[in-house]
Amino acid sequence: MEDAGFIIGSYALTFVTVGLLAWRYVRGGRKLADHVPDEEKYWL
Amino acid sequence: MTTTDSTPTSERGAAEVSTAGGTGTRGTRIIGIATIVAMGWLVAFGLGFSPEDRDQREAVRLLYVHVPTIWIAYLAFTVTAIGSGMYLFRRSLGWDRLAGASAEIGTVFVAVTLVVGALWGRLTWGVFWQWDARLTTTALLFVTYVGYLAVRRLDGTHEQRARRSAVIGLIAVLEIPLVHWSVRLWRSLHQEATVLGTDADVSMDGLMLFSLFVGVVAFSLLYVWLVMHRTRGMFMEDYLDDRGLDVALAARRAEASAALPARATGQSSEGTS
Repeated sequence: MEDAGFIIGSYALTFVTVGLLAWRYVRGGRKLADHVPDEEKYWL
Repeated sequence: MTTTDSTPTSERGAAEVSTAGGTGTRGTRIIGIATIVAMGWLVAFGLGFSPEDRDQREAVRLLYVHVPTIWIAYLAFTVTAIGSGMYLFRRSLGWDRLAGASAEIGTVFVAVTLVVGALWGRLTWGVFWQWDARLTTTALLFVTYVGYLAVRRLDGTHEQRARRSAVIGLIAVLEIPLVHWSVRLWRSLHQEATVLGTDADVSMDGLMLFSLFVGVVAFSLLYVWLVMHRTRGMFMEDYLDDRGLDVALAARRAEASAALPARATGQSSEGTS
């Protein structure tokens, strides 16, 4: 594949970025959930 | 001796609450697994099965990420505008949180679009950046929503935050048609819309179109998953903000009520001496 560095790098950059965002949301949610009563969590 | 806890939930201490996972539910887990599968398909079709383009050659593979991310960013900002409008109409903070969560995700997607687009530009045009109409308006869109997110962090009550950001969310969405039609409004280096054009004639190889479709599905699922988690996280942030204020007010009232009898005692002892 020509320009494999650019192409694979773009995919890697995209997946790392959205992966970090997802990790931040899940980790943040878990930390906050420790301080909120279950009965207040409308999604449970 | 048995005691019952009659304290309202909002006034209980942080140590007394229990937790059942974070913001995940069965629904988010199903969407999460579907997202991972779709992303796997995107890699397989985008990097493997899709043929190279006659003009762009291998660089076309970048478009299976570049195009879906900007489309989902458009969707995210449209949801932000809808959430903003609904907040102003209904005054429910749930709509404001949906608007905020969607704007955060949309902004990250625009950032990805700009970076991947710059790499695509380097392969196709020979430069990472040009002050071209499409690129400039997309950069402006990114900066606008960074501003929107900054406004959300200003001091004030949740209602003030929601009102301010709702107005910006409704105005900022008007940039999307500007970005989309910029290639027609001004002379542009960027190519015109291949799929979302006005003539409804998609002149693309079937496998390329399918790869693009897989990208759109994958990033749509990801968007839904992220919004669900983020709105729940924002709900808990707001809840803890409110409860922090309640605790501070209760402490201040307790201080004031403790000081009052002491002052009254002091006055009465002065009166008798």
